[in-house]
Amino acid sequence: MGRIVLEQVTKSFGDVTVIPPLDLTIEDGEFTVFVGPSGCGKSTLLRLIAGLEDVTSGSIRIDGRECSDIPPAKRGLAMVFQSYALYPHMTVRKNIAFPLRMASMSRQEQDRRVEQAAAVLNLTEYLDRRPGQLSGGQRQRVAIGRAIVREPAAFLFDEPLSNLDAALRVGMRLEISQLHNRLKTTMVYVTHDQVEAMTMADRIVVLRAGHIEQVGTPLELYHNPRNLFVAGFIGSPKMNLLEGPEAAKHDAHTIGIRPEHIKVSAGEGAWSGVVGVSEHLGSDTFFHVHDTGLAESVTVRADGDVRFSHGDRIFLTPRTERMHRFDTNGRRLA
Amino acid sequence: MSTKASRSAARLMLAPAVILLLAWMLVPLTMTLIFSFQRFLPLRGGFQGWVGFENYARFVGSSAFWPAVQTTVLIVGGVLLITVVLGILLALLLDQPMWGQGIVRILVIAPFFVMPTVTGLVWKNMFMDPNNGLLAHLWRFFGGDPVVWLSDVPVFSIILIVSWQWLPFATLILLTAIQSLDSEQLEAAEMDGAPVLSRFWHIILPHLSRAITIVILIQTIFLLAIFAKIFVTTQGSFGTRTLTYLIYQRVLESQNVGLGSAGGIYAVILANIFALFLMRIVGKNLDR
Amino acid sequence: MARTVTAQRKAINTAVAWVIGILIFFPILWTILTSFKTEAQAIADPPVWFFFDWTLENYRVVQERSNYSRFLWNSIIIAGGSTALGMLVAIPAAWSMAFVPSNQTKNILLWMLSTKMLPAVGVLYPIYLIFIQLGLLDSRFGLTIVIMLINLPIMVWMLYTYFKEIPGEILEAARMDGAGLREEILFVLTPMAIPGIASTVLLNIILAWNEAFWTLNLTAARAAPLTAFIASYSSPEGLFYAKLSAASTMAIAPILILGWFSQKQLVRGLTFGAVK
Repeated sequence: MGRIVLEQVTKSFGDVTVIPPLDLTIEDGEFTVFVGPSGCGKSTLLRLIAGLEDVTSGSIRIDGRECSDIPPAKRGLAMVFQSYALYPHMTVRKNIAFPLRMASMSRQEQDRRVEQAAAVLNLTEYLDRRPGQLSGGQRQRVAIGRAIVREPAAFLFDEPLSNLDAALRVGMRLEISQLHNRLKTTMVYVTHDQVEAMTMADRIVVLRAGHIEQVGTPLELYHNPRNLFVAGFIGSPKMNLLEGPEAAKHDAHTIGIRPEHIKVSAGEGAWSGVVGVSEHLGSDTFFHVHDTGLAESVTVRADGDVRFSHGDRIFLTPRTERMHRFDTNGRRLA
Repeated sequence: MSTKASRSAARLMLAPAVILLLAWMLVPLTMTLIFSFQRFLPLRGGFQGWVGFENYARFVGSSAFWPAVQTTVLIVGGVLLITVVLGILLALLLDQPMWGQGIVRILVIAPFFVMPTVTGLVWKNMFMDPNNGLLAHLWRFFGGDPVVWLSDVPVFSIILIVSWQWLPFATLILLTAIQSLDSEQLEAAEMDGAPVLSRFWHIILPHLSRAITIVILIQTIFLLAIFAKIFVTTQGSFGTRTLTYLIYQRVLESQNVGLGSAGGIYAVILANIFALFLMRIVGKNLDR
Repeated sequence: MARTVTAQRKAINTAVAWVIGILIFFPILWTILTSFKTEAQAIADPPVWFFFDWTLENYRVVQERSNYSRFLWNSIIIAGGSTALGMLVAIPAAWSMAFVPSNQTKNILLWMLSTKMLPAVGVLYPIYLIFIQLGLLDSRFGLTIVIMLINLPIMVWMLYTYFKEIPGEILEAARMDGAGLREEILFVLTPMAIPGIASTVLLNIILAWNEAFWTLNLTAARAAPLTAFIASYSSPEGLFYAKLSAASTMAIAPILILGWFSQKQLVRGLTFGAVK
């Protein structure tokens, strides 16, 4: 079980308020991702849940138990750190067994659990090595192994993939998702990478300056961003945000249209512009279109085999039903 | 991270070191300060009244003072010049690919670990002795008259001996600094067409500037306090009496504690000027 | 730098570096060689290099005549004792500043550094006086304390820079894994700190062993360590080069060996972590 409830939680360092009063409920078994730009308080929030920071006020309940005064080890949570935080002087086996040893578990039980975790994470043959002899991906697995042997109420991940190279990151992303499917344990995952958030999360919490901007499933955020910040943050490439007369036509201060919701044509369309940079991904092509009179540059997505050259004049037609409208305060208009 | 309990435990752990050092600093320094305002001759009647700043004036006014300052500046300056210049060259050399690099490094560093009294005596007797010293043999071999090192060129001799001891220190620190230079920077400069010499001037030397400053400051503080090497070689004669040695003589040899203490306060002030600069550099380092 | 260096260039580097290296090392080499000569060979002109009658006579004479072993024992006690005592004080201090820093930590560290800069000669007489009053003059205990105090700032600083390198996340991980303060120190911190502690010990033994201002001024016959023993050779009688060499070799050999092990740490220790 791992239902985490935050009520009116605040955190200040001296005079600086990092988290203004905040409420959040993370359901048991849910994979929740905290996402936001750096400095938005997402890591602090995670560390408050972990107990590595004391809350300034408010309450944190894990499975109904008030935890804000309980030391980290007693909260029944496990954490995977950005730097992996493996113990360099211990073998992989000892690293993974460390929390069990601290819990005074019998040797046989320790060994059984370590073997089991190693098998799940493909670490069996590395058990007697030290962290220094492992690759980044392997270290990451050891850190996860150390977390799962405890069979915690919830896992906390603090940007665990940011030290890995791009290819490995995609692989580990998948592995963590599979782990979640198998264990069905609550996971709270912090990242600044919205792609990680979209691909892994059951529910995403978008944070900015300690505030929750929106909570929802990945598709809810994608389809119904509650404000300009979420609209701009979720989705890659970013949503085109247009102001001025074009927005006024739709009774809005700002309109947003995602690159994939604009039709491209050589002959006719609502808007026209000149092709600047084209990014060919094979499956898709992204055109950065200039001189539309709408904004500096409009990004559109086309099929991989659509070809325009630099300097070509093309025509764009937005799918109006996919358009997002925002008021002067950046809030979504119904 | 820190809770109230761990903070007070931390203070308790820090206390012994702070108290010890505070006592070590304050008690004797206060005593020196008090003595410096007294006429105090332990062997001739002890305390003979308060004299205000007279000791300070007399210390500076004595005929031994300016020569001592001159000697101190010469020795410190000379050693710094030799060790920094040769240290840079040696560090550059040791950074080059070669066979047996580790062994050469060990050979170069060795003098630093030699006891100062051994350094002084070995140089004085086995190298600089005008009759039996190795340098005398060398001079005679080339048909010259042996130099009476410690009385003909005493300050230079002391500079030589001290430089031999401190060159390894400069070399080691500068070598460490050179090795921390990002090789991509040098490669970029090479791509930009900078020849070897200008790469040294524009990239290596600026990169070393912080390390050089540190070497200069730390060595200055240690060199100002040089004692044992002079003690076993010239005993301060032949114009090798440094400020430190002069104060030592006033305090322990002629037992004029008041006068010596005034000198001691001068030395403390002098050392603190250099220490201040050093602490600013080191302090900046702490913020990173 | 993946470029191959020409063998010729490397050969020149090697030759130059070795010549300079041997030149710098030469006084030590010469001392060691001389220690195995007879007194006559020691001052022979032209000098004899390697082909002489190697003898251990000097070592025997030095041992017997001047009660060398007592000086050695004093050196060992003073260097070892001041380092051990110093570590006892320095480890908790460095630990607390590295892991529970306050806004005063930086000032305390810099202040400690400033006490190291205090010129010894400025406090010579007060210490002398205090030693007389407390009956500590020419005692190993007194000297041990003084040398511990003069090196304490370096110990604290060195340990601090080592402790600082232990990532905070690892300690947090230990806390998450259920380790209390005791387990944290015992199973995580100590094993990770041991290399740093060892280096600090090493450097401080070297510094204490070679300390010559206080050892010369505060000791006489009883507590004098090797630094003072060697200084007694400064007013020689008759032929003494070979014996001086033997005594010197014995005094510097242990520290040369320790020193070579601690090259890297030396830089960090003596620059207060400003150069690593």
